[in-house]
Amino acid sequence: MGIKILTKDIDVPGIQNFQVYRSYGGYNSVEKALRMTPDEVVEEVKKSGLRGRGGAGFPTGMKWSFIDKKSGKPRHLVCNADESEPGTFKDRYLMSKNPHILIEGMITSSFALGANLSYIYVRGELMYVVNILQRAIDEAYANGFLGKNILGSGYDLELHVTCGAGAYICGEETALIESLEGKRGNPRIKPPFPAISGVWSNPTVVNNVESIAAVPYIVNNGGEEYAKIGIGKSTGTKLISASGHINKPGVYEIEMGVTVEEFIYSEEYCGGIWKGRKLKAVVAGGSSVPILPANLILKLANGEPRLMSYESLSDGGFATGTMLGSGGFIVFDETASIVHNLWNFERFYHHESCGQCSPCREGTGWVEKILHKFLDGHATMEDIDLVADVAKKIEGNTICPLGDAAAWPVASAIKHFRPEFEWYVTNPEEACKPGAYYTGDKLVLA
Amino acid sequence: MDLLKVTIDGIEIEVPAGTTILEAARKIGKNVPPAMCYYSKLEGSGGKCRTCIVKVSQGSTKDPRPMPKPVASCRTQVMDGMVVLNETSPEIMEARASVVEFLLINHPLDCPICDQAGECHLQDLGYAHGKQKTRYEFKRRTFDKIDIGPYVQLHMTRCILCYRCVFTCDQITNDRVHGVLNRGDSAEISTYIEKSIENDFSGNVIDVCPVGALTDKTFRFKNRVWFTKPVNAHRNCTTDKCSGKVQLWYKGNEVIRVTARKDQWGEVEEFICNTCRFEKKETTDWVIEGPAKVDNKSVIGQNHYELSYDKPVVPPKISLFADHPSFKDDSKFIN
Repeated sequence: MGIKILTKDIDVPGIQNFQVYRSYGGYNSVEKALRMTPDEVVEEVKKSGLRGRGGAGFPTGMKWSFIDKKSGKPRHLVCNADESEPGTFKDRYLMSKNPHILIEGMITSSFALGANLSYIYVRGELMYVVNILQRAIDEAYANGFLGKNILGSGYDLELHVTCGAGAYICGEETALIESLEGKRGNPRIKPPFPAISGVWSNPTVVNNVESIAAVPYIVNNGGEEYAKIGIGKSTGTKLISASGHINKPGVYEIEMGVTVEEFIYSEEYCGGIWKGRKLKAVVAGGSSVPILPANLILKLANGEPRLMSYESLSDGGFATGTMLGSGGFIVFDETASIVHNLWNFERFYHHESCGQCSPCREGTGWVEKILHKFLDGHATMEDIDLVADVAKKIEGNTICPLGDAAAWPVASAIKHFRPEFEWYVTNPEEACKPGAYYTGDKLVLA
Repeated sequence: MDLLKVTIDGIEIEVPAGTTILEAARKIGKNVPPAMCYYSKLEGSGGKCRTCIVKVSQGSTKDPRPMPKPVASCRTQVMDGMVVLNETSPEIMEARASVVEFLLINHPLDCPICDQAGECHLQDLGYAHGKQKTRYEFKRRTFDKIDIGPYVQLHMTRCILCYRCVFTCDQITNDRVHGVLNRGDSAEISTYIEKSIENDFSGNVIDVCPVGALTDKTFRFKNRVWFTKPVNAHRNCTTDKCSGKVQLWYKGNEVIRVTARKDQWGEVEEFICNTCRFEKKETTDWVIEGPAKVDNKSVIGQNHYELSYDKPVVPPKISLFADHPSFKDDSKFIN
């Protein structure tokens, strides 16, 4: 069993209640942090090597140190709980089962940033999580951990939980800020970055739920202790949302550095591919990261086993690698259709594009329509190159990363599974049959 | 004030801090990135259409790293020692061509019946950077028609969602009733529950619209713009904030359209009120100043398309006709 930090007490009965959470050592980090200076807390987080768990993997401590303190404006911490990446459901699990760990992390982190007004922005579809969090916040207020003069330290913090209206784009930090301010959730044009001008034009840090929930452990045990967990620059533990064709789908907390093979096949985690089938492909970090075929996800290009860590998963760049992303681990068995899956992803991005900048607004819809031709059996060989080219033209030319997120799956699917696309073109009648799947040379009906 | 040195396509210029790359390029006057959504008079505009993207090959003297992605020149401020590649970068020309392609895939291309034709920025952009043939084979997007009042005609199918009209109404009129509804490729400029736009300055949305999405109902189908003659004129307008400085567009002796004056970048110089625009259509209403000069790259100026600026390194496929032998001789175009 690997070390558990975030999910250690998650199955304790009543852990949602303040008293139970407190009796398991909860809110100790607040007491400890309030005896430190904010800079010391930031220093601990820097030492821990904690990296943003929302997808980009940017070092959290460094992000905190960018916040503009010179302007004298009020500062804010915003927790990005708008978890909407297809394949990712770790934050929902954590917040609904153990809300206080997030509240505790918010208080400690806000103190480190000098924020007196902080927000948790929850995805619109997770209304029940808002209620759970609100109850936890009320309890924290009642026990003196929130509000004026927390624990007699002189530090004030107001914490609000608010929810979006169900737009994927509001998980992008500047769109989230717009939405939080009550505006249309369009990403802002950067610069200025939120660290200079975020919520209400004040310096703001936006962090993922999991990043913030890791802070109490770091404060309690010291950054160096946290840095010992994991491997290389991927320190600590990571929540992985495992889904797809596996025996035991669910949220697993892993220590960084577990091999992908162990994660998929061991009984402790996914428990192997269901129905005794073979592994075909894996999307390792949520729908937007490149899809990898079985051989590349299990082994690096040089033959070494691939590990569940930021570096190992991205080894080989986008040619033979992928990204850890937000940890949405989607497994495909041999009967899955890469083409159909890709269309499904692109349909999602088309639906969720905010429509602000041209390449994403027009391109995502175009990509979806071309891919649908494959499923209808009307596609031509040129369409394979066309869809790859359109995706390439979206990538990098947009305001926010949604364009990239829509483009990467297309490029990787075509790169690694081109014969399957060609099969849809040359044998449309076979390929479009319900239950048919591609095995390389012969048609198989499930 | 400290001046920052910036190099755009090999041409050096010194500009004050806070200047954007696009503004610096406009100061140089050559190799200016096209701007479909940016409008210097409207705060917060720009960054959306992505046609003005450029490559920053050196961030600044202090931090010479290149920027990883193309940046929107209209919203990126220059740094001292910044080196920018615009038309000298083949990648940028390719990226710009693809942005134009994206803008056109759902555009109806109904220029022959569009009032904006001839003074349309998308048309200019398409001629300069567009491809000759579309790769898009699906049904183009259409919208339900919405009546937004007596003066302004909204053709949502032509819209490229530049947000200029939204910024205009937000910033120069006191009651904006329209905005962007829905999202993604169903996003549309609209008034909520089909309200009409009625305020003193609403007509300016026609001038700021880069395409034929918002046109003048009083001028609709009256004439092609290149058959009309622009004349500068002014009147002593009593409306608050209206400059009273306009362009009258004549057909024979008749004023068939009144617009604000535009600068060489196609931007309104000073906004005008609806009274000047829609109600004063007699020569006697105005003090005539003289013929207006029209930027010669536009169809109105020359009656045909020709790039007035130096050709980019990657020559764009300019015209639908240019390759045809019978059109080689330019003189045939001029009347």
